[in-house]
Amino acid sequence: MPAPNQQGESRLASPRVSRRSFLSLASLGSFFAAIGVAAAGMLRLPNPTVLPGPVRRYKIGHAEEYPVGSERRLEAESVFIFRDAAGLYAVSAVCTHLGCIVSRSAEGFACPCHGSRFGATGEVLSGPAPRPLPWLEVTRAPDGQLVVLADNEVSEGTRFRV
Amino acid sequence: MADTAAREFLHNLRHLPQTFKDAWLRLGKVPESEREESQATFHNFFLHIHSVRVHLRTLNPTLTLGLGLIATASFIILTITGVLLMVYYKPSTELAYQSMKDIHFTVATGRFMRNLHRWSAHLMVVAVFAHMARVFFTASYKKPREFNWLIGLAMLVTTLGLSFTGYLLPWDQLAYWAITIGANIANSPRELTDALGITAWLDPGGFQKRLLLGANYVGEDALIRFYVLHVFVLPLVLLILVSVHFWRIRKDGGLAKPEDPMGGLAEWGGERRPVFEPLATKTYGLMAVVKGRRPPVNRGPENTVMSWPHLFWAEMAVFMLTVAVTLILSFYFDAPLKEIANPSVPENPAKAPWYFLGLQELVSYSAFTGGVLIPLIALVGLGLIPFLDRKPGGEGVWVGTPGERQVAWQSLLYALAVTVGLLAFTINFGWLRHWFPNIHQLWIIVINPGTLLVLLYAGWSLLVLQRRNSVRLAAVALFTCFLVGFTLLTYFATVHRGPNWEFYWWPSQWPVH
Repeated sequence: MPAPNQQGESRLASPRVSRRSFLSLASLGSFFAAIGVAAAGMLRLPNPTVLPGPVRRYKIGHAEEYPVGSERRLEAESVFIFRDAAGLYAVSAVCTHLGCIVSRSAEGFACPCHGSRFGATGEVLSGPAPRPLPWLEVTRAPDGQLVVLADNEVSEGTRFRV
Repeated sequence: MADTAAREFLHNLRHLPQTFKDAWLRLGKVPESEREESQATFHNFFLHIHSVRVHLRTLNPTLTLGLGLIATASFIILTITGVLLMVYYKPSTELAYQSMKDIHFTVATGRFMRNLHRWSAHLMVVAVFAHMARVFFTASYKKPREFNWLIGLAMLVTTLGLSFTGYLLPWDQLAYWAITIGANIANSPRELTDALGITAWLDPGGFQKRLLLGANYVGEDALIRFYVLHVFVLPLVLLILVSVHFWRIRKDGGLAKPEDPMGGLAEWGGERRPVFEPLATKTYGLMAVVKGRRPPVNRGPENTVMSWPHLFWAEMAVFMLTVAVTLILSFYFDAPLKEIANPSVPENPAKAPWYFLGLQELVSYSAFTGGVLIPLIALVGLGLIPFLDRKPGGEGVWVGTPGERQVAWQSLLYALAVTVGLLAFTINFGWLRHWFPNIHQLWIIVINPGTLLVLLYAGWSLLVLQRRNSVRLAAVALFTCFLVGFTLLTYFATVHRGPNWEFYWWPSQWPVH
């Protein structure tokens, strides 16, 4: 720090930041700030506010079509429907690793893309999948048909009692 | 003199071809003296990105193998064929696949143009990787070329981005599932945030995926985004990067070369080549000056020749070679087009384009580690090379510093051994999830064959650093490991991974279904 003001020197010794360079720095700063804000504003546009897409809510027919012990794969919906004595439940066929569609295997489910293996209730047996296959909410529509809400995950073991 | 305006008009009209030629070509004739040759280079917008004189060593094909030029030539072919394909291609999920069929079966030359586009895309990726290896093993990234190395890395990423975005456009099974996987790799930071339980507050993965797809699934929004990236944004970025890259080559003093690479004045074409003609004018001298460790003016043997015509002959030869290779490949081998995209049935196996297959193998251990973390580490590592290895020496010579060749061979063998060993172990014994089914995901993210490989490579490099006492040799060790790992994983995933990503010795053993 320079010594406290001494009247004689202050005119000769240039201050650490002159008024001119302060203004230059300020204008340069505002220039880059403006660019930065504009860039951030422009990046906001491609980040969608509304996610387009179909409502993933599928009518799957009446409960009588699913006898105890049966299972069915709904191909277009990428959902497996199982029925056991305790009720009916839906397991998503979308692999939790990178989104491929799993198929049934001897032990449960197998993913074709990166080799994840799941057990009968969707639990991870081996491979890179970080999470079990999600169970999906099943409910009944007013017309009596069963509905799978593919966007609503429920905890494993949650069955729809028929 | 009947100097009427009408006469002047007629005179000008008669001389129109010559005056037009003069205005267009400046020189108006084939350059004869070296001074005119330098002007031919200097006064032409497209040529002036070259220096007017080029070192003889630079023209030697064994130094560069023409790889950068091959990449550039492929980019030009890709741009031209790409624009032609745009005439018929329709970026909509309803029409894209049909328009691909049209291009393939009905459009005159459509199939051939698409093949050319595909093959030059493959060639470009190969050339870009090979060019990077060439620059590394000739130590050409050293001062003052550090920045151009970074530009080169940016071009590598852009090239891969162009390939990846182009992959979706046919809207066939290959496209759909490759992009589904790619988008979920963008989403894979969620694997980490989920494991830490902070996804609700911080979700960079979800943000990236939304930005890429414009939705939660691969559909119309994704297709149009990839289309815009593929035909406009990324080519523009690449064009700018290529321009800067070339400009920097000139500004950094041409291609890297040793101090006095030819040990005095070289015999070339039966005549000795001094630096300048004795009667060089000032202007001409300035045009020939490029940045270097020493100014060429009035100095001894420089062994440079005029870029016009020598360098331009060489460039045209490489360009023609590239065109010839892509033409032949496109004539004999069709670009694949599978069935139309079906969101409910993935290909089995669903394989990414070959240059991402190494990553796909890593991704099959952990999505986040293989898809985000390791590529990031590799890129940062590559970018740091010229800033950590700063001791001059070996520039412009293949594996030129003492011990380099030996370290490169040792690293090759070491990387082969550990990579094959680790793959064999993983195939035979599985990994953590096999042994401890309830293990926390964080363990798998941190400890998997991919991260182990990174550690083994880095450890080897540090060992070389300590034993050989040379940063360059440590860099050679690490880069060689990187190349071997990349090549080996790519090969492994291409040949030895079959349906359900299981190990097979040969694709012919895949079960039929």
